[in-house]
Amino acid sequence: MSQAARQRSGNLPDINQRNADWYIDKLVQYLVFLSGISAIVLIVGIFVFVTIEGLGFLFEDFSFREFFLSPWWEPTDEDEPTYGILALMAGTASVTGLAMLVAIPFSLGSAIYVAEFASGKKREFLKVLIELLAAIPSVVWGFIGLSIMNPLIIDLFDVPVGLNILNAGIILGLMAAPIMTSISEDALKAVPDRYREAAEALGGTRWQVIYKTVLPAAKNGLLGGVLLGVGRGFGETMAVLMATGHAINIPGSVFDSVRALTATIAAELGETAVGSPHYQALFTIGIFLFSITFVINLSADLIVRGIRKS
Amino acid sequence: MDMNTEESIDAAVGLAIHTDALNLWYGDFQALYDVNLDIKKGRVTSLIGPSGCGKSTFLRSINRINERLGYVRIEGAIDVFGNNIYAPEVELVQVRKQVGMVFQRPNPLPASIRENILFGHKLHNRERKYSRDDEDEIVEESLRQVLLWDKVKDNLRRKATGLSLEEQQKLCIARLLPVKPSVLLMDEPCSALDPKGTAAVEELIWELRGKYSILIVTHNMAQARRASEECIFMLMGKVIEHTNTADMFVTPQHQETADYIEGRYG
Repeated sequence: MSQAARQRSGNLPDINQRNADWYIDKLVQYLVFLSGISAIVLIVGIFVFVTIEGLGFLFEDFSFREFFLSPWWEPTDEDEPTYGILALMAGTASVTGLAMLVAIPFSLGSAIYVAEFASGKKREFLKVLIELLAAIPSVVWGFIGLSIMNPLIIDLFDVPVGLNILNAGIILGLMAAPIMTSISEDALKAVPDRYREAAEALGGTRWQVIYKTVLPAAKNGLLGGVLLGVGRGFGETMAVLMATGHAINIPGSVFDSVRALTATIAAELGETAVGSPHYQALFTIGIFLFSITFVINLSADLIVRGIRKS
Repeated sequence: MDMNTEESIDAAVGLAIHTDALNLWYGDFQALYDVNLDIKKGRVTSLIGPSGCGKSTFLRSINRINERLGYVRIEGAIDVFGNNIYAPEVELVQVRKQVGMVFQRPNPLPASIRENILFGHKLHNRERKYSRDDEDEIVEESLRQVLLWDKVKDNLRRKATGLSLEEQQKLCIARLLPVKPSVLLMDEPCSALDPKGTAAVEELIWELRGKYSILIVTHNMAQARRASEECIFMLMGKVIEHTNTADMFVTPQHQETADYIEGRYG
């Protein structure tokens, strides 16, 4: 460098110099990127893990016919173990079905009230309360099923056991209602106010405006909310384990005890030898559950997203 | 009944709307001061004035849609064809049946064109069952009146929200007609439209004159001049002047009116 050039550059910053800020910036970029993709990594990782654990069973002892169509779940039978999940599926489906019958009117009603009628402080208060309700641990709900609902059902309906579809369905319905309320309320709030104004100016009463204009306009979001509730119902374990009675049974009435897919895994996994056919069969149930809840939640999410865009 | 005698007197005078010392507050803010107006039957009356002068507020209190806000307080009376719509025994639904409204932004419901036309009709005609043919007739007649029939007759099942803004606004006018209102309120009905759409909607308003008493709020003085017979100038919540449109724009009686018309403020 010539003398003159060195003198000139003495006043200018060196444009090639990297200081600590540059390195911190890069580091933070990588960290944020890693956290961002961690959800994907985890979900793929879990799916791979569950599949690998269940794979042995899928290839050796698995019979599609037996697995899905046999009501006999007898993995510990010494002579001839059978792995049929029909009764378990019936248990999960009946409890979830009843739960939805309980949760849909509840959550739709409260969503309509919060979104369309309540205002100001009352609305904020209710929203916080609903969020709180969603945060109650499922074991607490299970406890309520076990110690409050159980004797109540025995007394009211004069049945020998109060741990049954009715009990678990009501408990699960109340558990799923807050999240369904929250999503439905969002969907109702997303309906532009000018639709309400238009319908009201045409002479609609408040209920007619809601029933004929707001609900149809929000139907996708409401459906998404219901689907999320169904997903919750399929995946719920502890409360269902405690309230259903945990008896393998294809139910004939709401007073029959049943057993859910999730509860089976939770109750049995700890008592099986790692790698045994029973252990692997439980993981196959896991794959099945995972796929169902994945599809349900994905479609719910897509539906809800769809309305946000339009 | 004395309601009938009142009606016949008003019919003789030819008044659609009569307001008596109308004061209106949004919370603590007073938006209208002692508004006394007589709006004639079957005419197009325009309301002009700078932003915030209360013209929209006045319009929106004639079908009581203002009350949606919840913090509106009103004193005084508005008679629509002789009946005070603020009397305590009045049914809001009947008021809205009699007084139709077109909004600034076209607001068709997210349903088909056909359903939009029939929405109000179905709300107000529940005692009689209408056949599909009856309904088709209602749809066709309403759309013909707003000069939209030829354009949409083949796509009546199409979503109304997919129409152009001009068509949407015409549809919003058309869906009022089966309810058979006597007064049409229009709150800057052309402000979301391009010049061509504006011309078309103005033409339509002119067509509907006589059959309906039309009250139109506009910030566009040229539009008031073109499309109305009478004109009301409002300022700061008060009515300054109410005359024939032709007189207002040629010989305004008040200095404020003259200043506004000449564009010194607003």
